[in-house]
Amino acid sequence: MMLMKRRDFLKVGAAAGAMASLYGCAGGGKPSGHVVVVGGGYGGATMAKYLRMWSEGSVQVTLIERNPTFISCPISNLVIGGTKTMEDITVSYDGLKNKWGVRVVQDDVVAVDAAKKTVSLKAGGSMSYDRLVLSPGVDFMFDQIPALTSADAQGKVLHAWKAGAQTVALRKQLESMKDGGVYAISIPKAPYRCPPGPYERACLVANYFKQSKPKSKVIILDANEDVMSKKGLFVKAWEDIYKGVIEYRNNSEVKDVEVATNTAVLEFDKLKADVLNVIPPHRAGDIAAKSGIKLVNNRWVDVNWLSMESTSTPGIHVLGDAVFPAPTMPKSGHMANQHAKLGAAAILNMLSGMEPNPNPVVMNTCYSFVDAKQAIHVTSVHQYDAATKAVQPVKGAGGVSAARNELEGKVAIGWAKNIWADMLA
Amino acid sequence: MKIMLPALAAMSLLAAAGTAQAADPNLARSLAATCANCHGTNGKALSGSGIDALAGEDKAKTLKKLNEFKTGVKPASIMHQITKGYTDEQLDLIATYFAAQK
Repeated sequence: MMLMKRRDFLKVGAAAGAMASLYGCAGGGKPSGHVVVVGGGYGGATMAKYLRMWSEGSVQVTLIERNPTFISCPISNLVIGGTKTMEDITVSYDGLKNKWGVRVVQDDVVAVDAAKKTVSLKAGGSMSYDRLVLSPGVDFMFDQIPALTSADAQGKVLHAWKAGAQTVALRKQLESMKDGGVYAISIPKAPYRCPPGPYERACLVANYFKQSKPKSKVIILDANEDVMSKKGLFVKAWEDIYKGVIEYRNNSEVKDVEVATNTAVLEFDKLKADVLNVIPPHRAGDIAAKSGIKLVNNRWVDVNWLSMESTSTPGIHVLGDAVFPAPTMPKSGHMANQHAKLGAAAILNMLSGMEPNPNPVVMNTCYSFVDAKQAIHVTSVHQYDAATKAVQPVKGAGGVSAARNELEGKVAIGWAKNIWADMLA
Repeated sequence: MKIMLPALAAMSLLAAAGTAQAADPNLARSLAATCANCHGTNGKALSGSGIDALAGEDKAKTLKKLNEFKTGVKPASIMHQITKGYTDEQLDLIATYFAAQK
């Protein structure tokens, strides 16, 4: 592929042209330009859609995503627990292409030139942008679990912390496990993607064991000193529903593994499991570091909370789990979607020669299943605070469920359907 | 001086406007978008999702509901916690925006 200038993109962007005419003539003051979005998850897909929708087609958007379809991490623990299928958590990018005129390119971005405003693609060639959005999710720090640095080891001791092939593989390992076996899941020190996710997974695997392999056990090895999210509700579920099935061990950081025997190596101790599920520590997706933008602790991207723009590199906006979070802000798909809307509004203002909204708000809602039907939530609202230049949690707002219940289990599925449509349809 | 005075007055007016924080022209749209994850893009929740669609709902009706959640008059599983995170002015903008959606 040759270097693609904006005018060339406009020539080939037949669908985009049709969209522009659909919305009528572009009047004065409308934003214009080409935004390249890297990563089509909860952040990037939302960004692509909202840029097209809010600009009424006047801004050209290219979404570069390595996978052919979107596969959701939220709800994927139900696939691992055996009550949902991969099909249930997979959504096509056709809505973005056909309804919103987003150019979706299946490829990987291997380099960013912030000065020339271009990205290089794995398949070859490069693409120019007026503004770049990185929504790269996380990559794993396998060097922190030395035996997991090889591809073979990664194929045996799974993380399943990115939904896809690993989700299917972990389910297969659980199905193949003999009754009376031990499933161990290790949680890295915070911050990590989806704070309640590992505890939800423990519940749903235990639910499967209770029904199909009742002599089996679940052991949670948590590197943190306590349950990181919805603590009271999870602990109550473990006592009420999974007594004798789930065992929780705090301050239990996995330092390495012995792959051949599914053994977790802790500081003073070892644990041999039948299915060993290690979630290694993670950091912003690799392209963030490769792009040369400022990272905090060499891990997470530092952003301006009025625009999601990198504090070090103008023209590059970053969303979702890759971002160094504002106080109490979780790394969640819901929050990535909110980052995307804040960022889309700011980018469209900037492309129109205006300042970003000085008072942005983001909020989070997260449902976790504790069995096949009952769920619990945590929610928070974050308003921009000029003094700290960050979105801050509103005191007195937010909270968790009063108790686990089936109504929220239904709402959790409704949440998934609506947010997937909000991103992709 | 007679010529300078109006110019100075205009400059000081500009300075005053610059210090006052101008509201974003798309504030209501952007606030309402924070609800869309659950309630659907522009308030158009999918039918059968079990979550209320807000598009085209009467403003007074939506605002009353939001205020009752916020003050605790109306019991809720989650909305009482979310509405407390927004100012009354923000809830008014959100209800106004959704009422205008077809």
